[in-house]
Amino acid sequence: MSCIRFEQVDKTFGGAVKALDGVDLTVADREFVAIVGASGCGKTTCLRLAAGFEAPTGGHVTVGGKAVTAPGPDRAVVFQQFALFPWKTVAQNIAFGLRNKGMPASERDARVAAAIGMIGLSAYADAYPHQLSGGMQQRVAIARAYVLEPEVLLMDEPFGALDAQTRVVMQEELVRLARKNPRTVLFITHGVEEAVYLADRVAVMTRRPGRIKEIVDVKVIREAERWEDHARIEDVMDLESFVHLRTHIWKSLREEKGGVGH
Amino acid sequence: MIAYRQPLPLGRSLLLGAAGTLAFLGLWAGLARSGLVLHMFLPGPLEVAERFAVLVTTPFAGGTLLAHLASSVLRFLGGFLLAAFVGIPLGLMMGWSRLLDDIVTPIFDALRFIAPIAWVPFAALWFGTGIGGPLLIIFAGAFPPCLINAYRGARYVDRRLIEAAAMLGTPGHRVITEVMLPAALPSIVAGLRISAGLGWQSLVGAELIVASTGVGYMMVQAQGAVSTTTVMVGMAAIGLIGVAIDLGLRLVEARIRAHLGQA
Repeated sequence: MSCIRFEQVDKTFGGAVKALDGVDLTVADREFVAIVGASGCGKTTCLRLAAGFEAPTGGHVTVGGKAVTAPGPDRAVVFQQFALFPWKTVAQNIAFGLRNKGMPASERDARVAAAIGMIGLSAYADAYPHQLSGGMQQRVAIARAYVLEPEVLLMDEPFGALDAQTRVVMQEELVRLARKNPRTVLFITHGVEEAVYLADRVAVMTRRPGRIKEIVDVKVIREAERWEDHARIEDVMDLESFVHLRTHIWKSLREEKGGVGH
Repeated sequence: MIAYRQPLPLGRSLLLGAAGTLAFLGLWAGLARSGLVLHMFLPGPLEVAERFAVLVTTPFAGGTLLAHLASSVLRFLGGFLLAAFVGIPLGLMMGWSRLLDDIVTPIFDALRFIAPIAWVPFAALWFGTGIGGPLLIIFAGAFPPCLINAYRGARYVDRRLIEAAAMLGTPGHRVITEVMLPAALPSIVAGLRISAGLGWQSLVGAELIVASTGVGYMMVQAQGAVSTTTVMVGMAAIGLIGVAIDLGLRLVEARIRAHLGQA
């Protein structure tokens, strides 16, 4: 069991800026939950609390029933800006977390090679991050997280820095990966379509101070309407059920935007 | 109109540098010949060059110019490496630990305002003319930039890299050696360049007083013998070696930046 639970979580920065106000959200074991919201609404703060990079000002953040106190390899993070180590090769970046676990070198090498194969970068094992495209770098960052076999994956707008075509390919890959090897995933994005396509449930966040406004269950509809029969993202996005969900969430977000005059 | 820092082709930059150097030598030669200054106190550039050639093979004050330089460079390396080996790890650890930062910073800030040359009397009392004196003085000059640049490099490491290392379960000592050190490397090497310059300058100052060999010692002896040419040969040699040290470290810096994809 490794669910993520936010209970009445407040977060205030510097005693003045209230980023989160009573956030309640539970990500069940092996569930994929996306939080959507406008930029600056505090959705990334939620992820940073679950990762242990920040501590809540009020309320509780627990993972697997235990309060989060520090970052750790049981909760791997994929950052928007990749955050690969520029002086390490692809293989060394992916091996970095495994080396902390003190496993035999032979097993480590095998797992790193398998992970590089999984993301289709076997030819680039010895390349440095700056020699790769943005999409390739983010694949390395995902492999670096997956190779630890974490119970929980925290993804902070992981495809936000990619161009549109690359993003689509990465989204399809992530769906494939998540089906083959399901994890508890908290996924932060401002892309509504991305959230509906990837997540089991989508949590809509209000403007700052952030609260969970609404939670939309995508999984029920996805399974009822058999989205998985369509391999390509654009075919799924054409389905009436998809369009309906997307529009619903869009409207929910827009009400938020109208209020502050953006 | 000269535009603000307009880039010039490399050939022209070199040409301008050569022109500037020639103008300086011309001015010097003109002044030396004009009779305005006693020839004894201002020999011309050609005489200094000749004397340079002579001193390379002929001993003065107990050694040839090369022997004096070798002894100076060895002393310099001793103090400089000591400063690097203490300053860089300490700076990195201060970047990592707020506690250490708070302990070391006040005393360091006070000590670094004592100029290397101001350590000379103290060094002479402690070490006489032994190797310790010059080492201490070079250390006093070379240490602050090593520490400051390692510290700054460590402080300004991309936070996400530290966070990435933390979420991968990395213990502190590996974060320092495998994340902060490489991330701070450009800053550290820039610090080493400043440190080498200050160390080399301090060394010659130290040798004027406490050494019994070295290019500074040679210059003091030449001063006693009223050999202005020899004094100026010493000054030229100091300048040339300084440029060589800086050039070497600049190459190291360029290679590191290229390796990190920051070139």
